[in-house]
Amino acid sequence: MSDVAPAMDARAREEAENLRQREFGFWLYLLSDAIIFALLFMTYVVMVDSTAGALTGRHLFSLSNTFLETALLLFSSITFGFAWLSARADRRAHVLGWLAVTFMLGAGFVLLEVNELIGMVEAGAGPGESGFLSAFFTLVGTHGLHVSFGLLFILIMSLQIALRGLNPYAMSRLYRLGLFWHFLDIVWIGIFSVVYLPGIL
Amino acid sequence: MEANSSHDGPSLGRYLTGFVLAAILTVIPFGLVATETLTRDTTLIVIAIAALLQVLVHLRYFLDLNLKTTPRENVLAIAFAAVLIFIMVGGSLWIMLDLNNRMAI
Repeated sequence: MSDVAPAMDARAREEAENLRQREFGFWLYLLSDAIIFALLFMTYVVMVDSTAGALTGRHLFSLSNTFLETALLLFSSITFGFAWLSARADRRAHVLGWLAVTFMLGAGFVLLEVNELIGMVEAGAGPGESGFLSAFFTLVGTHGLHVSFGLLFILIMSLQIALRGLNPYAMSRLYRLGLFWHFLDIVWIGIFSVVYLPGIL
Repeated sequence: MEANSSHDGPSLGRYLTGFVLAAILTVIPFGLVATETLTRDTTLIVIAIAALLQVLVHLRYFLDLNLKTTPRENVLAIAFAAVLIFIMVGGSLWIMLDLNNRMAI
């Protein structure tokens, strides 16, 4: 009996270390993603005046739509925070509830954005019209795709927590999902500050 | 097992503080663009400052980054990514703007 406990202890420590490494790996992935977004921002800044005589941001962007999208993402960040706090308090039902709210806010964001992009294509401002529009669709589309993958991640996470509970693996994944979700909100700050607000001005 | 790791994360108070600060830093630039109270250049500067501050608020209050408890290797990785971004973004802008100037002659 006496050496069972230390063996369990060693195993638990090994697993904790394993999870810690995964979290560091996810951190590295996020930083490489940040580099991709930095370069897409750079491309947009270079291309913003290359409108080829077609429509510019002033005609295409809507301040109220952008504000609504910003609000949805910011609220989804704080509701994710509430999900994380509930997870730390080991309240499974609360975690699932807050994740559902976060999912709906994120889905609202994606819906607004898809509507906006479709509206632009229908107004004759598709990604093929000018350098400005190519850069715009690439930057905003990449962010939108990330948010969509985040939504999928939230769904899978909710299923895991509902079926298996808040074990250390679920906690570690939820932690990584949180990094991802907050990171996407930070990228969105860049998008409304570099693309939408200067474009509307 | 969770007690000593990065799993602690922000407290409720920190999340709420971060949220209020982020909301203020969002409303200011949107309000300025909507009302057009300042000149174009001043508004652009305010937008840039508000954006930088808000990024810092998110990093500090939502991602729980700080110099004390964030693992050293994570901070090093950020520094490395920042150097890469500086070289690639700075270098590309330099080349493209220079090219623009030469083509304009």
